Amino acid sequence: MSESKLDLLQGTLDLMVLQTLATLGSQHGYGIARRIEQVSGDEVLLNQGTIYASLVRLQQRGWISAAWGTSDNNRKAKYYSITKGGRKQLAKDAAYWHRLASVMGRVLAMPMEEEL
Amino acid sequence: MGTIREMLNRVWSFFHKQQRDAELNAEVQTHIEFAVEENMRRGMTPEEARRKALIRVGGVQQAKEQQRENRGLSWLDILLQDLRYALRTLRRDRSFTLIAVVILGLGIGANVVVFSVVNTVLLRPLPFHDPQQLVRILGAGTEGGESTATYSADAMQEFQQRNHTFQKVTGYYAFSSSDNYKLEGNGQPLPVTGLMVADNFFETLAIQPTLGRLFTPEECLKNSRPVTLLSYAFWKHQFDANPKIVGQTIRLSGSPVTVVGVLPETFDFGSVFSPGAKVDIYTPVIMDNIRHQGNTMALVGRLKPGVTLAQAQSEADILFPKLDADVTHPEWKAEYTTRFFSLKDYVSGKLRRSLLVLWGAVGLILLIVCVNLSNLLLARSAARGKEFALRSALGAGRARLIRQLLTESLVLSGAGALLGLAIAFAVTTWLAHQGSIALPLLGSVRVDGTALAWTVLIAVLTAGIFGLTPGLKMSSNNLQDALKDGGHGTSEGRKHERMRSILVISEVALACVLLVGAGLLLHSFLRVLDVDLGFQPSRAAAIQVDYDDHGNQELRSTLWQNILARVKAIPGVENAGITDNLPLSRNRSWGISAKGKDYRKGELQATFVYIVSPGYLNSIGMQLVKGRDFTWDDTPTGQKVVIINETVAKRLWPGEDPIGRIAQTGGRDMVVVGVIADVRESNVEDTGGWEMFLPATQQGPDGAQLVVRTKLPPEALAPSVMSTLRQINPNQPATEFKPLQLLVDHALSPRRFFVMLVSIFAVLGLLLAALGIYGVISYSVTQKTQEIGIRMALGATQAKVQLGVITKTLRLALLGIVIGTATSFGASHLIAALLFGTAPTDLATFAGMIAVLVAVALAAGYIPARRASRIDPTIALRGN
Repeated sequence: MSESKLDLLQGTLDLMVLQTLATLGSQHGYGIARRIEQVSGDEVLLNQGTIYASLVRLQQRGWISAAWGTSDNNRKAKYYSITKGGRKQLAKDAAYWHRLASVMGRVLAMPMEEEL
Repeated sequence: MGTIREMLNRVWSFFHKQQRDAELNAEVQTHIEFAVEENMRRGMTPEEARRKALIRVGGVQQAKEQQRENRGLSWLDILLQDLRYALRTLRRDRSFTLIAVVILGLGIGANVVVFSVVNTVLLRPLPFHDPQQLVRILGAGTEGGESTATYSADAMQEFQQRNHTFQKVTGYYAFSSSDNYKLEGNGQPLPVTGLMVADNFFETLAIQPTLGRLFTPEECLKNSRPVTLLSYAFWKHQFDANPKIVGQTIRLSGSPVTVVGVLPETFDFGSVFSPGAKVDIYTPVIMDNIRHQGNTMALVGRLKPGVTLAQAQSEADILFPKLDADVTHPEWKAEYTTRFFSLKDYVSGKLRRSLLVLWGAVGLILLIVCVNLSNLLLARSAARGKEFALRSALGAGRARLIRQLLTESLVLSGAGALLGLAIAFAVTTWLAHQGSIALPLLGSVRVDGTALAWTVLIAVLTAGIFGLTPGLKMSSNNLQDALKDGGHGTSEGRKHERMRSILVISEVALACVLLVGAGLLLHSFLRVLDVDLGFQPSRAAAIQVDYDDHGNQELRSTLWQNILARVKAIPGVENAGITDNLPLSRNRSWGISAKGKDYRKGELQATFVYIVSPGYLNSIGMQLVKGRDFTWDDTPTGQKVVIINETVAKRLWPGEDPIGRIAQTGGRDMVVVGVIADVRESNVEDTGGWEMFLPATQQGPDGAQLVVRTKLPPEALAPSVMSTLRQINPNQPATEFKPLQLLVDHALSPRRFFVMLVSIFAVLGLLLAALGIYGVISYSVTQKTQEIGIRMALGATQAKVQLGVITKTLRLALLGIVIGTATSFGASHLIAALLFGTAPTDLATFAGMIAVLVAVALAAGYIPARRASRIDPTIALRGN
């Protein structure tokens, strides 16, 4: 089912948002979405709209906070910044991803049977 | 931590939807504008910039929907939406909703009432501490009434000392009658019912007094200061719940008695040990006073923890035959036997089957209700087919549609459950106050938490059953067909109709089973009413008479003659007599044998004893078959005489004339002077046992019941009888002048109760089945208006059209009846034990009930048939 795929994507997206906010500081939704696209080298084809589900989720969990502010070109926008709890969560999730990635790397690096 | 905060935030968002949506809209708006600006900076035209920006955002609506799902309580949103929609639809279809809720209310109400009774009598533990340890100790034989069910004081005390399986063994005096004390001191003496209990009676049941204390062992010894404990109800209405009564002295039957305590409200002796009886006060039984009275104590024991009933029984099987009836006469072989029942089984065991049958009956009612509602919903679904097709065309999934339909069903069954609970509250409250129904624990019947849980369960189950069938059917409809299915008589309509016919057939079958069962029970009840009791309860009444003969037999004879002469002189009194025990009430038994014959063990039987005045047999309407009644000339010093019933005559002197023979009872010789027809002495439904009557002029009666036969209604005579008794004895308490019919009614009350309930359920089932038939036939007539119009235009007569519709009705009904009858035939043996004088396959009952069903089906089919025959072809053909 597409749901399990979505789950994985959701978790991934949350982590990306947290990391982006941790490096960029305060940022609005469009900025976060653009940043993720740029950093991923446009490998992640993101429906930018989905970022708002992620943002509200993170906000309700208390990992990011939001406040209305004004942009450089004088537009009212909602600015998000990472909270203390968010940083902790980021560290936890990042460690998890690194571990998972290294395990996956090792598993996938195993030689194929016929090569033995 | 995070999850709790998230939950709280979700709840907050749920209640601040508008604000959150406005923020989101603004945010998305800004997002697009940022994107447009950036694209324009890259040199796109404004149109191209906006188009590209929108593509990158993706579906704006989906994004917003996704965000809402992640911030609020979406399941609750959907539920509320469904609920609002359900309420709106149901409100629009008011008559349907009303019918559905009433049907459900009746079905659920009946179920909750019966469940409350079943729960109180069968399921709930008895209102005592560790009730599973309590054991009722009864004699193995039952033919001698209370006397064979009880034990002597010595036997009880020996068993108390010798057993190793009981923590405590206790008992109560089984031969107290109602109104056996007079409460004096405040004007006219008040009749009061007292029960004598062993010193450890309340300790064994683990009952703590509300006020004061229980009896001390010293207070249960001979010549101790008389004391009493008050029942809560008596304390409340007689002493205005005055706590100062404890320690005070009241005057009971001429002597001062100290009140030592008040028992708790939860303790109701009658409801457990003697259904229908009411006890006002408790006094200690003084063992030394009853030591030589024979078997008088009804025993109850509390097992030691971990001891099973079977272990106790096997110990008792060894111990009981060795117990002495009277330690001063070890040569009297009592040959006690015993049969242990857990107190719970003793109280409710006999009712188990009746209650389960009742439970089954209401279960059937609920099934019929479900079938009926499925049917109604199907009829609606035909009308709503297009609505649902439209909704699924607009993107509603099948699950969502079923969810919507189930929500509607739940709303209906919820409303029905509320109505049902209201009905159940009213009925159980009424039941709890029916003191005249001799069912144990009935006074504590109420709709409690368990019953509420049961209500919720059956409401949800019901909604599931009646909502799911039409739900699945409707949501599986082919979209295109449904949208096209506009005209009448298309295939979709036909399929619906077949489904509905099957439902109606099963409804009729269920109603048939219910009707046949009720019919059999009703037939049994009529048979019981027809039983020859051996006495004539109509136009006769009894009143307890107070007199003081100082234990002198001569004086008693004079007193009684005076009472009877004065009462007979009252206008309207045909006849009067006195007995110590009335039939169908208190009883006791002695032994009787023919003098000079040896009997094998078990050949003789405990014999009910009644000590009566001359003329009593006549006044209560017992039939003297042979010989003579007692006369006042049967004096204490004269020849001892006895009157026996036909059963005793047949068993002691088979094939011989018993008149003039010598019988032995209690070690004394008596001449048989008369034989009476058997009397139903302890139970209307069992044939009479061994009975004997002794003259009060020669024996000591235990109290006096004056029986008056009258030409007037007994109630009309009550004041004059009471004033006459008061003239003779100013101390006569205000005892009740009870029509003898009350005794019979009381004995029949459990059966009447069950028959009444099952009959009500059967009628309900019948009505629901009729409604189902009417619904289906009426609907099919509406569907076929055009067709009927064409046929009438082509020359079909009104009669022919009517006949067609009625034939269709009968076909449905008969199919249901055949299935129902076959089921009843197979299942009727389940209630065989509840029948009286009626075979489970009683042909007349089956035929009668089938006739009733056919008649009701015809009536239900006739109304639409008449409508069909009145169809005006021109209007019908123009209509579509």
